[in-house]
Amino acid sequence: MEVALQVQDITVRYGGFTALDQIRLELARHTTLGLVGESGSGKSTLARVIAGLITPDEGQLLLGAEPLGKKRSKAQHKQIQMIFQNPDSSLNPRHTVRQILAEALLFHRIVERSQVERRSKELLSRVQLDAKSLDRYPHEFSGGQRQRIAIARALSVEPSLLIADEPTSALDVSVQRSVLELFHTLQAELNLTMLFISHDLGVIHAVSDTVAVMRQGQLVEVNSKDEFFVRPQHEYSRELLSAVPKMPQY
Amino acid sequence: MTIQPVLELEELTLAAPSTEILVNSISFSLERGESLGLVGESGSGKSLTLRAILGLLPRGVEQTGGVVRSKVSSAMVFQDPRGALDPLCPVVKQLTEVVYYRQRTSLKAARRIALELLERLGLPASLKTKDRYPGQLSGGQCQRVVIALALACKPGILLCDEPTTALDVTVQRQIIDTITSLQQELGFAMVFVTHNLAIAANLCSRLVVMKQGRIIEQGETHSLLRHPAEAYTQMLMDSVLPLPELEGGGVSWK
Repeated sequence: MEVALQVQDITVRYGGFTALDQIRLELARHTTLGLVGESGSGKSTLARVIAGLITPDEGQLLLGAEPLGKKRSKAQHKQIQMIFQNPDSSLNPRHTVRQILAEALLFHRIVERSQVERRSKELLSRVQLDAKSLDRYPHEFSGGQRQRIAIARALSVEPSLLIADEPTSALDVSVQRSVLELFHTLQAELNLTMLFISHDLGVIHAVSDTVAVMRQGQLVEVNSKDEFFVRPQHEYSRELLSAVPKMPQY
Repeated sequence: MTIQPVLELEELTLAAPSTEILVNSISFSLERGESLGLVGESGSGKSLTLRAILGLLPRGVEQTGGVVRSKVSSAMVFQDPRGALDPLCPVVKQLTEVVYYRQRTSLKAARRIALELLERLGLPASLKTKDRYPGQLSGGQCQRVVIALALACKPGILLCDEPTTALDVTVQRQIIDTITSLQQELGFAMVFVTHNLAIAANLCSRLVVMKQGRIIEQGETHSLLRHPAEAYTQMLMDSVLPLPELEGGGVSWK
């Protein structure tokens, strides 16, 4: 299996606090790695290191065969895109959807200027939004629709790795479900390689091929989804899994 | 002999001055020691209903119809524990104050009762010698302090507004176990608001399903979940994402 991303002994310290402790992880192409852990376990820090938003103190990242240095090139930035928990703060409120998508498409020269409109409409239909949405502002949409716009923006530059950091945690349960279904469709249609972060084990089960568990800055377990949810290796994983409230079975 | 309910809501209607109706003619009752789950998505009016029971409606929202009848006092546990505590006052001092005013004891006795409560809720014994500010405690510990504050009022009804939504899953489990055992011990009734039907199903004997300010369905938990009459209830049930059974089993929920 081809490796899309290698995380090699990444360490991040904030003052005396070790946020990430020698993380070693591989992400296979066209698969989704679900990263779980409680708050403060270092999930988001790891995502930010991979996205290039935090420079690690030690260790290195390889995207394919290419090392990702301290200063990344524009092309390297393009390769890794991120979807954040809260679409309200990740979309510019003063830009229309047209501007939001066009900016990304033109900056990374994905299409010619004359093709921007057509491509933007394609992207919206990918995330199941109406083409009429182009001239509206983020606040005119519901939370779930805004997250769809954020997904369209991330996909617009054709990244080789998509990082989703708790993309459904701020949404209502019914909306969460429809956004998860969208991720499913996109995985199948676009063959995405994805790092999907969530504290919700139900969500992780729904989207992942492989599951990685973090605790206090360390990687506790990496396992295939089918193994992890039935036979977790680590005691902590078992503790997490048995704490999830379940519906009674009839 | 019929059991007297400790709380009755009759056609309660809440509205904002723009004449927008937020909670529309809802009725339910609660018996002594009973746990009632109030479930629905955001905007369904769950939290406003709780606030109406407590008599603490947010500014601009008024009760425009119906009655809330309650024979006993109620106390509330909020979703965000840090927001519910005074960040500038150490926690033992905060709790002592509540005990002092609500139980009308001497200050010395109030402090003793406060420490006992905190110990019972599983907070570190070091608080006895060194008081700490909310910012120096974890989210789960803060929520325990908030529960202690509510219990210090000796409520007949404990109102819980998504008390575990802001917490990690293992902490959520501990808090719910704590609430359950305290309820068995102290016998208060409870209204538990949540959007997570799995928690409500494990904790409550009766469920009320709300959508856009109305009650669309209510009944005994197990019969309601076995035969939901409304598509919305079914949707809430489906939104609890399934997990496969753990081999060797975990510690099961009560």
